[in-house]
Amino acid sequence: MINSLDPRIAREKINEDNNIAPLTEMDQFETYEVFHQKKRGDQHVHAGIVHAPNAEMALLFAKEQYGRRGLSVNIWVVKTNNVFASDYDDADIFETVPEKQYREAGGYKVMDKINKYKKENKV
Amino acid sequence: MYGNAYIDPNEKANAMIAGEDPIKLAEFEARIARGEKIEPKDWMPKEYRKQLIRMIEQHGHSEIIGALPEGTWITRAPGFKRKLALMAKVQDEVGHAQLLYSAAETLGKSREDMINDLITGKSKYSNVFNYPAYTWADACIIAWLIDAGAIINQVANAKGSYGPYCRALDRICTEESFHLKYGHDNVVTLATGTPTQRKMVQEALTRWWPPIMHFFGPSDKISSHTEILMRWKVKMASNDDMRQQFLNMYVPKIWDLGLELPDANLKKVEDTNSKLGVKWEYTEPDWDEFKRVINGGGPCNAERLAVRRMAEEKGRWVRAALLRKDEKYVTPLA
Ligand SMILES: [Fe+2]
Ligand SMILES: [Fe+2]
Repeated sequence: MINSLDPRIAREKINEDNNIAPLTEMDQFETYEVFHQKKRGDQHVHAGIVHAPNAEMALLFAKEQYGRRGLSVNIWVVKTNNVFASDYDDADIFETVPEKQYREAGGYKVMDKINKYKKENKV
Repeated sequence: MYGNAYIDPNEKANAMIAGEDPIKLAEFEARIARGEKIEPKDWMPKEYRKQLIRMIEQHGHSEIIGALPEGTWITRAPGFKRKLALMAKVQDEVGHAQLLYSAAETLGKSREDMINDLITGKSKYSNVFNYPAYTWADACIIAWLIDAGAIINQVANAKGSYGPYCRALDRICTEESFHLKYGHDNVVTLATGTPTQRKMVQEALTRWWPPIMHFFGPSDKISSHTEILMRWKVKMASNDDMRQQFLNMYVPKIWDLGLELPDANLKKVEDTNSKLGVKWEYTEPDWDEFKRVINGGGPCNAERLAVRRMAEEKGRWVRAALLRKDEKYVTPLA
C-alpha cells in the first residue's frame, strides 16, 4: 500500500503492484490538426495537434493546449485524416526558374527603358 | 557514383549510421549544417529517429510525472492566489506533456505505446521527480530551481534540428518563464520571512541540492556517438556545459538570499577556456545514488508509476465510451 505525503493519493489506498492491462490501439483516439488565429485580421496558422474522440472535444482540447493566455481569438480543427499534403520529396515543384521572371515584379525594368529613351532623345 | 562513400558497418565509429544510404545521409547532414529543420516525412537515419523518440518521449513523461510532486501542494498552498498559480503551473506542465507526446508521435511511436512504456517502467523520466516534496518550501524550490534547470535544457534543445520538437519547445519556453518567476517569488517570500520560514526554505534547498546537481546527468562520455548526436543537432549542449550554465546563473541568486548550499567546495574560478569565462568547481555528486534512483530505488518511484496507472485505469471506461468505430489513426503531419 502506498503511503503518500499527498492526502489525495493516500486516500486512494493504491497498491504498488496495481498492474493494468496495456493501453490498446485507439485508446487515445485519432488526431486533429489545430489552426489558430492569433488576432482578427490574421490568417489561421497551424499550431499542432490534439487527440480527441470528436470535433467538439478537439476544439476544447485545442483551446486548452494552444489558446492559453490569450494567444488565439479563433480555432479550427481538422481531422489529420482529412488533410492532403504535398511531399517534401517533391519540394522542387516550388522552385522558380530564371525564365519565370515574367511573373515577378522584379522582372519588369521600366526605368532602364525610360533612362535609355531620355538619353537618346535628350528629354 | 558511390565511390568510396561506403559506410563500413564493422567500424566502431560507424555503428550509428551502419546500413544508411550514404547519399541520403550526406544530404540530411548538409541540410542540418545549413541550419534547416528536419520535418516528419523527411528521410532520416534510423538512429536519429530512435534517439529523438527516446528523448522527446522522456521529456513528455517528465512533464507528466513532474506534475505529481507539485500537485501534492495545490490544496495546501498558502493563500488563494498561490493555489490558483500552482494549479495553473501544474496544468501548464501537463499541457507540455501533450505537446511533447505529439512531437514524438510524428516520428512514428504511438501515444498508447509511449504511455505503456511509462507505466511499465520501461521508459524513464527526469530523476528529480522520484523525490518527494515534503513541505511547501520543497514545492517552491522545485518551481524555481528545477524549472530553471528545465529552461536551460529546453532553450538549448529548441535550437535543435527536428522541426516538431523545436516548435513544441518554443511554446513551452514562453510558459516556463511564468513558472520561474512564480517559483522565485515564493522562495524569496520564505527567505525574507520569519525565522521559521527561512529555516523551512533552507532545509528544502539542502534536500534538493543533490537531485539538482544530478539534473543534467553525468559528464558525457567523449565518444563518436555523442559527436554524431551533436552534429545532427539532437544533443545541443553537453551535460557539464548545461550544469555550468545553471550554476553560474543561480548560485549567485541563492547566495544573494543568504541561503547556504551543502557543498563546501562550490566556488567560481576564472576559466578563459570556457564559453562563460568562468568555471564553477563543486563536489562531484553521488552518481551511484543517481543510478540507484533512476533504476527504481528512489523514495517515490513506485508511487509515481502506481498513481499514473491508477489514473489510466480510472479514465479508461470514459475513453472507451467515447470511441467511435469509424475512427482511424494516422500519424499527425507536423
Ligand atoms: Fe514544463
Ligand atoms: Fe515548468
